[in-house]
Amino acid sequence: MDELAAILIGLLGGAVAGLMGVGGGILFVPALVIFLDQSQVHAEATSLLAIIPVAIVGTWRQAGFGNVRLHHAAAIGLLSVLGVLAGTVVANSVPERALEIGFALLSLFIAARLVRRALRWEEPQPRPASASPTTDSSPARRADSGNS
Amino acid sequence: MSRADLAKLAVIGTAAGAFSGLFGVGGGTIIVPLLVLWFGYGEHEATGTSLAAIIVIAAFGVAFHGAYGNVDVGKGLLVGVPAVAGVVIGTGLQQRLSGRTLLLMFAALLVVVAVDLLGGWTS
Repeated sequence: MDELAAILIGLLGGAVAGLMGVGGGILFVPALVIFLDQSQVHAEATSLLAIIPVAIVGTWRQAGFGNVRLHHAAAIGLLSVLGVLAGTVVANSVPERALEIGFALLSLFIAARLVRRALRWEEPQPRPASASPTTDSSPARRADSGNS
Repeated sequence: MSRADLAKLAVIGTAAGAFSGLFGVGGGTIIVPLLVLWFGYGEHEATGTSLAAIIVIAAFGVAFHGAYGNVDVGKGLLVGVPAVAGVVIGTGLQQRLSGRTLLLMFAALLVVVAVDLLGGWTS
């Protein structure tokens, strides 16, 4: 039952990852702590492993839509190394309780941002004819009416 | 790529990386808004580029956390494999449909998680 819950949260985390361009770790970590009995720091480490296939497939999908600027992505990724190292060392040095509280605050911050984003979500609109000058000068049956 | 651009990318990478190593996340929460703000990315480009950067960031994270012996491969796959199906759904949703309900569900879930962590019900 707990495994099923972890799988479902994994699925939801992946969907949000694709939607928001994140890794999904903000859901993977609590899923691992609550349902798969990991400690906070072990869950964080394991979450990073789960993120890799998600990010690979997400990138592949987004590249198909023409949404990936590879040189910027590579620069950010490679230049992250010192930050990741520092974060990892701190995560393994501070008490678990401090890490839990920090993670909880991050969750609340992201929740607030998601609500803001959801509230101003714009549905795809049909383009209003008056707003943009239209170059479409096609009356019905323009083509192939060759009356000879 | 200009020197100023490179400096901005270094700041984004370092900040996202620190969050990633500290909290076990990808860092997209930092990358996406900064790409929009500093480089004028559109929303879809920012999310796509963020996912590509996260591949490298998470790989560093696994390597460093792995050195501490913290990574559980079996449990990672249990969560990560269904998540791959989820990300295909999510990227498809982003191109076509409203994700509003999904976002609000996600936000509610995060609040529950935060309260749980702060209250320590599970520990």
